[in-house]
Amino acid sequence: MHPAKSVILFTVASGAGYGLIFLFTLFDMLGYVPRTPAATAMVFGLSLVLITGGLLASTFHLGHPERAWRALTQWRSSWLSREGVAALATYAPLVVYGFLRWQNPEVLSLAEQVAGGLTLVGAVVTVYCTSMIYASLKTIPAWATAWTPASYLAMALVTGSVLLCALAYMGGYFTNMIQWVTMILLVFGALVKLGYRRAVMRQRIVSTAETATGLAKEGETAHLLEAPHTEGNYLTEEMGGRLDRNAAGRLVRMSMMAGFLYPLLLVFFASSQSLWINDVIFVVAILTTGVGIAMERWLFFAEARHSVTLYYGERAV
Amino acid sequence: MTSLPTNGSGVKLGLVIDLDICVGCHACAVNCKEWNTGGHSAPLPDSDPYGADPAGVWFNRIHTFEVVSEDKKDSRTVHFPKSCLHCDDAPCVTVCPTGASYKRPEDGIVLVNADHCIGCKLCSWACPYGAREYDPDAGVMKKCTLCVDRIYNEALPEDMRVPACVSTCPVGARSFGDLGDPNSDVSKLSAARGGYQLMPEQGCEPVNRYLPPRPRSAAGDGTGEEKSLAAAAKDKGSLISKWLDRVLSV
Repeated sequence: MHPAKSVILFTVASGAGYGLIFLFTLFDMLGYVPRTPAATAMVFGLSLVLITGGLLASTFHLGHPERAWRALTQWRSSWLSREGVAALATYAPLVVYGFLRWQNPEVLSLAEQVAGGLTLVGAVVTVYCTSMIYASLKTIPAWATAWTPASYLAMALVTGSVLLCALAYMGGYFTNMIQWVTMILLVFGALVKLGYRRAVMRQRIVSTAETATGLAKEGETAHLLEAPHTEGNYLTEEMGGRLDRNAAGRLVRMSMMAGFLYPLLLVFFASSQSLWINDVIFVVAILTTGVGIAMERWLFFAEARHSVTLYYGERAV
Repeated sequence: MTSLPTNGSGVKLGLVIDLDICVGCHACAVNCKEWNTGGHSAPLPDSDPYGADPAGVWFNRIHTFEVVSEDKKDSRTVHFPKSCLHCDDAPCVTVCPTGASYKRPEDGIVLVNADHCIGCKLCSWACPYGAREYDPDAGVMKKCTLCVDRIYNEALPEDMRVPACVSTCPVGARSFGDLGDPNSDVSKLSAARGGYQLMPEQGCEPVNRYLPPRPRSAAGDGTGEEKSLAAAAKDKGSLISKWLDRVLSV
């Protein structure tokens, strides 16, 4: 599948935003983060920027962005529509929760608890809906697996936790708790990604050139002899790309190191002391995680093969 | 509404494509392009049509496959036209976030409302068959309409009220009709010839049927029993016809 930059930017950025607000809300409910207006402003500000930026980026690849509101109407059948509805619906509790928290730093009020609880649910539901856009496509076996929502949710937590570390450091509340939760999430994210790759590699073949054409009897094989046209078309551009196996292997190793290993080491050596080395650590941790997870998302698209390729020379998907 | 219709009439308009007699001339694709570039989903744009890398929107494309026997000693070339199969359980319809993609309850035709399509392309990802092609100029998805603007068109003579691909096929490899009615000509043809669905494992319940190539006749099967045409000609006919044959064969 063709990896569209706008879709990679959208899923990574909004995932990070939801991951950040999810973790912060959870810590807040448990009383592990300070209730200062500065902490509130930084966390809610950044997550709103990431979520909104991501949603806007997702409209860049549309043929008619001005009609995007229509995408909210078909939530009964379409995961893309559900995602839009969930994303918009999550703004309400998120903004209310942030506003209340900012207004009243003393205690966690009941209204705030309700809004916070809804924010937690909204963040999970929205990321889940995003992942189901892909996981619901039977045509792409590498996506049609429960590992797809698992990966999207895990990557949101990974990116969100690294961001939270940096914000906590800036706000002076980078505790061992936050440090260890982030390190555990980084290991968890790497394991989920390895699990995804292992599951996809062991997948049974769904369709073949033989089932696509219905031409071969038992023992016979069907091969594309001539494509319909000499040049490519929308289908071969959008769904036909094939990633070289060696290149894929290298990119996978790079994304695993940049997305999980480097941030794990960096966060391990970070401390809450205001030292230049810690400034460097958190900036580099955010950059390397962002690059690694964006590569992971790029590979999610580039490695996936679509059944239409069976009509253009592919043997099996 | 992009949920599939539950109040369907039972009519399932579709095509039956005979792979035994398709000669791969591409006339159906050309006539499809010609009709539809002025029809319901017009235009079907081309980019760089006379340059080095021409591309364009086509609703019908003809692939050519080679079927090779198990021992690799025998093979058969099959021309394989493919357009939208107007699936009963069309995933391209249910994934549409806007309601632009829909299946008509009255005849099962799958269409796109170009005024509502946002051009997200998700329907083309959901279709296993590659039936949908994006129009980058209009920013909307386009697809085979089963010539909805021909088949009910009373301004056309009755024998032209079939899809453009069907009317133009020079060998009669394409038939059009109601596959929801077991007594229709197309249903009977499909039943008699073992018509099949493409990729049934994808669960889309395509309406269109493909008729498999007929098995080869015994002559020419490599058993040595067949006679060459020349040998057959030698056996039969009068002296005059043999003489004529020799003169004309030179």
